Amino acid sequence: MEAQLQQLKQEAIDQVQNASTVKELQDVRVAYLGKKGPITDLLKGMGKLPAEERPKMGALVNVVREEVTAVLDERLVLLEEVAIQQQLANESIDVTLPGRPVKTGNHHPLTRVIEEIEDLFINMGYQIAEGPEVEKDYYNFEALNLPKGHPARDMQDSFYISEDILLRTHTSPVQARTMEAKGGEPIKIICPGKVYRRDSDDATHSHQFTQIEGLVIGENIRMSDLKGTLSIFAKKMFGDDREIRLRPSFFPFTEPSVEMDISCFKCGGSGCNVCKKTGWIEILGAGMVHPNVLEMAGYDSKKLSGFAFGMGPERIAMLKYGVEDIRHFYTNDVRFVSQFHRTEV
Amino acid sequence: MLVSTKWLADYIDTKGIAPADLAEMITRSGIEVDAVIDRSHGMTNVVVGHVLERVKHPEADKLAICQVDVGEEVTQIICGAPNVAAGQKVIVARPGAVLPGGIKIKKAKLRGEESNGMICSLQELAIEGKLVPKAYAEGIYVLPEDSQPGADALELLGLNDIVLELGLTPNRSDAMSMLGVAYEVGAIISEEMKYPEVNYVSSSEVAENVLKLRVEDMDANPMYVAKVVKNVVIGESPLWLQQRLMAAGVRPHNNVVDVTNYVLMEYGQPLHAFDYDRLQTGEIVVRTAHAGEKITTLDDQERELQPHHLVITNGQEAVAIAGVMGGANSEVHEGTTTVVIESAYFNSASVRQTSKDHNLRSDASSRFEKGVDPNRVEAAAERAAQLIAELAGGEVLHGSVKVDELDKSQKEVVVSPDFINNRLGMKIPLEEMTSILTRLKFDYEAANGLLYINAPTRRQDIQIEEDIVEEIARIYGYDEIPMTLPVGETTQGGLTPYQAQRRIVRNYLESAGLHQAITYSLTSKELAQSFALESAPVTELLMPMSEERSTLRQSLIPHLLEAATYNVARKADSVTLFETGSVFLGETAEGLPHEEEHVAAVMTGKWLDHSWQGERKTVDFFVLKGIVEGLVAKLGLDQFVTFEQAQVDGLHPGRTAVIKLAGKFVGFVGQLHPTEQKKRDLKETYVMELNLAKLVTFSLEPLVYTPVPRFPSITRDIALVVERGQAAGALQQIIRSAGGKLLKDVRIFDLYEGDKMEPGQKSVAFSLTYEDPERTLTDEEVVKAHSKVLKALEEQGNAQLRG
Ligand SMILES: [Zn+2]
Repeated sequence: MEAQLQQLKQEAIDQVQNASTVKELQDVRVAYLGKKGPITDLLKGMGKLPAEERPKMGALVNVVREEVTAVLDERLVLLEEVAIQQQLANESIDVTLPGRPVKTGNHHPLTRVIEEIEDLFINMGYQIAEGPEVEKDYYNFEALNLPKGHPARDMQDSFYISEDILLRTHTSPVQARTMEAKGGEPIKIICPGKVYRRDSDDATHSHQFTQIEGLVIGENIRMSDLKGTLSIFAKKMFGDDREIRLRPSFFPFTEPSVEMDISCFKCGGSGCNVCKKTGWIEILGAGMVHPNVLEMAGYDSKKLSGFAFGMGPERIAMLKYGVEDIRHFYTNDVRFVSQFHRTEV
Repeated sequence: MLVSTKWLADYIDTKGIAPADLAEMITRSGIEVDAVIDRSHGMTNVVVGHVLERVKHPEADKLAICQVDVGEEVTQIICGAPNVAAGQKVIVARPGAVLPGGIKIKKAKLRGEESNGMICSLQELAIEGKLVPKAYAEGIYVLPEDSQPGADALELLGLNDIVLELGLTPNRSDAMSMLGVAYEVGAIISEEMKYPEVNYVSSSEVAENVLKLRVEDMDANPMYVAKVVKNVVIGESPLWLQQRLMAAGVRPHNNVVDVTNYVLMEYGQPLHAFDYDRLQTGEIVVRTAHAGEKITTLDDQERELQPHHLVITNGQEAVAIAGVMGGANSEVHEGTTTVVIESAYFNSASVRQTSKDHNLRSDASSRFEKGVDPNRVEAAAERAAQLIAELAGGEVLHGSVKVDELDKSQKEVVVSPDFINNRLGMKIPLEEMTSILTRLKFDYEAANGLLYINAPTRRQDIQIEEDIVEEIARIYGYDEIPMTLPVGETTQGGLTPYQAQRRIVRNYLESAGLHQAITYSLTSKELAQSFALESAPVTELLMPMSEERSTLRQSLIPHLLEAATYNVARKADSVTLFETGSVFLGETAEGLPHEEEHVAAVMTGKWLDHSWQGERKTVDFFVLKGIVEGLVAKLGLDQFVTFEQAQVDGLHPGRTAVIKLAGKFVGFVGQLHPTEQKKRDLKETYVMELNLAKLVTFSLEPLVYTPVPRFPSITRDIALVVERGQAAGALQQIIRSAGGKLLKDVRIFDLYEGDKMEPGQKSVAFSLTYEDPERTLTDEEVVKAHSKVLKALEEQGNAQLRG
């Protein structure tokens, strides 16, 4: 019986060594060590042995069983490793093939510029005020110190709907409405939106365009506050090393009125085609709120003062991104709009 | 305003400051210099020539062979100008000369004849054709007889000059004159300016005896001064005067008219010269026009007048439109011997209206409109009388004929130095302020800690304290203003909930694959109402620039479709655009249209192209509907939104759904009608439009978490056979309401309309999930709920379980 056992062991080990797959090895395990296998049979047959031989034989069978199991487990580790290698080899893919596309769109460049400016001023404590695009002549002109017949109305040729209603020519009427609604309280707002002027569309003119105006009213608001605010704006929008300068100008709703230039972000001030060789680029108009404007909206111009500024997102986008024709913003050519896909922070 | 720096030097010594530097100083302190124009344009070798002989070219009818004395030699020049003649002094570009535009003059042979240079017209020296005196408009320019051959012609013509082009804002009408600019420059560089000296000998004859004057409308015309000059000889103006006018952008005519224009440019006071004899009546009456009255103006246009137009008459008929343009009937002409010079103050609003009505803008009207200096009205008349006497040999009659009720005082402005400094955020010392006022020639008195300021009347824009703040700041220098930030209460910045939601909508749609478009609000009347979500009157412009942009839109879709067509025509294989923007509906109580913010999208062409793994998809209804569903879910409205099959004008009748929010119509999604697609050169195209305002202002309960289920759910799948026309959404609705509170979810997972079905039928499969958050469901409970569902489906949806 012992010899039979040794032979079985040898046979089993041979089979284990011959097994080339995990499956074959499992078959060997079942065949030799399973409930119906020869080793179990041997154990079952031990009843026929004399009682004194049984422990010795039992121990022997267990040794063989353990030996076979050990060989088998060792082989299993090896074969599993082979199998996993095989699987990995089979599953290998060409990772340079394109991924499943995730289609995404993006902001229109004007919205990109407008939101950037909105966020910049929100961080400085401004709120965003909006108003109707079709306005009363009163809010668009009269409340802004532009009475009927004022020569400066010519600066803004307008689309009228009736004698007293027109498409707003700037977003300043939102300021007038906000002031009226605030009833003498301090204000800190910016007003983005669409505006309309009677211009033929060409590379530099558009009958519809956008504007962002800002208004701050409070006690002792000074021109130096305007200059400081605009400087922060210029640096955030066009780079930390931007300088600003103010030049006198005229707007009926501010006094004094100024234009703001920034040092050219392309040449740094030495002169190039972007700044028309001057080193400076005109960015926006601003000024101290005219006392008539304050008084008309019910503010005491002796107690409160304010500043206002206004800029064109089209111009800023054209400068920032080098866009040469304003009509690009309203053609909605996907080859244009999709260029503003990536983020910039 | 064009300012010749040579001319300006008559009034102010700029101490050798280079014109470009001067321009920069002027720009930085108040008036923008738009351009610095070098009138020499780099020209060289242009001299005076004396035409000694002119003979016809033997080989060419239109050419002449001229022998010209150019100072150092007599040389032969071929000339094609019709007006060249022997004895003339002319402008000669010598060989080697460079003319504007880089044209180089060389010795040449013209039809076999040698030509050593070119006899020039003024146009060839870069003077605009409309400024060249009419006599020389079609040929060469003839210089004064006393010009010296060989002398520098550019010098003689005043072309060695730099002109500053000022971009004047409406408040600075004071700088619409050479004297005004001289004052401004004087203030900037701190230099005294000098006025022209006006003196002449007048005749003993008294003007008032010759001319009668009556002004009927003193509001529109509070001051009228007339000078009468007899025995004038009309002729060409001297060259210095002609070239100054051309430098200022005015065409020379004759000595009298040129003087009025010269004084207009010099003083900023518009003048007009009448032929006294042509007036016929020896009388001037200023009155408003009669209805239907007509006048032919100097530009040979007959114009009909209205009763609010002010006219100058001879007591009978109109001879000029006041402040705008003279009449042809009283024009100064070659044979004029007596002239009446008018210098008046016309009300700016009146001139503005009149010039607008006649669409007539002149150098005169543009100055009256902004208001002229009341104290220069008479001075300008005297200056003109002097110059006409000098240049046209006239005899100025004694005194003026005058009506004058014009208030020539200036409003006093009282301001405290502290106010100025507080407003600027600066600490400018008082002495510095008063020194600036002195430079500006403002009268002031400093007393009681205040400045009492009287600005000169040329500065009509100085009315309030803030105007003084600006004057002080601009001369002191804006660069000196420090940079600070507003102090006081800090405020909380931020978006309103509406604005934040709008950004979320845009960001969602972009993440979903759409690009943001911005299209025009103005459209054609025809397109204004197409695709509108509701029917309302349109808002139209009074005077549109074109029919295409005449009416405000009521839907965003038409222009998005235009953008789609534009892109498809440029070979875009996919167009996915959205827009958020206002539409304009009807009228509110305020008289303005209702402005509602909408969101719309257009999609056509390729949607997904992942072909190497076998995935390809073009845009279809469910792509866009899915995007809308995602949007609605993002806004938390999915439980309140339903889609219903519907018909919408312009959309495919079988592929359109209206979208309802809590049962109320808020928009639609659908395929563009095939005939509309064809009209726009589009293939299958899908659109949607939603009332954005209604979506984002819908009131929702605050978000509260629902416990994650702790007990298992049970899923039952059913396949139903229904009529082909039965909407799956309706079946889903039946299941939902019949399923009770145990039914957590119903999803449609299959649709079969193939040939295994009876004709007219289809199979829709649903997956139902039952769940109780409190405990594990028993089979019995599920069976009970499920059979209720099946019963309801059979009764309400006529649906049978598929065998
Ligand atoms: Zn530059």
